Amino acid sequence: MAEKELQPKAKAEVPTTAERVRPGRVFLPAVDIFETPEALVLVADMPGVSGDKVALDLKENHLIISGEVGPPMGEGETMVEQEYFTGDFHREFHLGSIIDQTKIDAAMKDGVLRLVLPKVEKAKPRKIQVKVG
Amino acid sequence: MPIIFREPGWEPLRELEQLQRRMDRLFQSGFGLERAPWRVGVYPLVNVSEDRDHIYVRAELPGVKSEDLDITIQDNSLILRGERKIATEEKQVNFHRRERESGFFRRVVALPTLIHPDKVDATFKDGILTVKLAKPEAAKPRQIKVKVA
Repeated sequence: MAEKELQPKAKAEVPTTAERVRPGRVFLPAVDIFETPEALVLVADMPGVSGDKVALDLKENHLIISGEVGPPMGEGETMVEQEYFTGDFHREFHLGSIIDQTKIDAAMKDGVLRLVLPKVEKAKPRKIQVKVG
Repeated sequence: MPIIFREPGWEPLRELEQLQRRMDRLFQSGFGLERAPWRVGVYPLVNVSEDRDHIYVRAELPGVKSEDLDITIQDNSLILRGERKIATEEKQVNFHRRERESGFFRRVVALPTLIHPDKVDATFKDGILTVKLAKPEAAKPRQIKVKVA
């Protein structure tokens, strides 16, 4: 496999829809979304967010992911050179398939959220046999 | 009798005003609290901060494992090398979005002051790398007392 060099990318800010109470910026996390026959899997990059600071909200088929980050520096530090901004993460999705809310599995590791949303029985693909009459 | 040379259309007061406005703009853009991030063009982007005793270099590296990260100190530079791997999923999956990228990176960060090469400490938490470098005595700020004669 050919090696690929990573290019820096500034995080995209969330277009403001409502005023926020907590000060600071809000960014859109970069995501991978893929579908297996059983589930919809969402992987999101949220650096600086620990597992207890992630909030997931699923109503009908509207999914909201948000994560809060801690302070960007320790106390008493002053910034010398700033190349990236820090802030919370927020992103919303409309899911195409019906999700079994009771079996959702979420894991946060090294700043990456992995969400497995199992599809309900009737949304799973079925092979339809054509009867030869 | 003094002769004053005057070019038609020369208005010194207006020119002064223009200069003032230009200076204002310069100060607002360059010396404001929140500057636009520096454009470096090399992954990963880093933030460098300092306190009295240390320099801190931070980088956002979500999903990078600490065994895939290599940190070296050379003279007055910090070198970050590594690879971001994204697990390849089984073949039967279909993608809706693919925004996360994998690949390798090599970045040199020039440090603002001299540092102790053997007093470097790196932590990796929630996808954020923090490298803490100790300043030698000579680089620390000192208070100078003014003697009263």
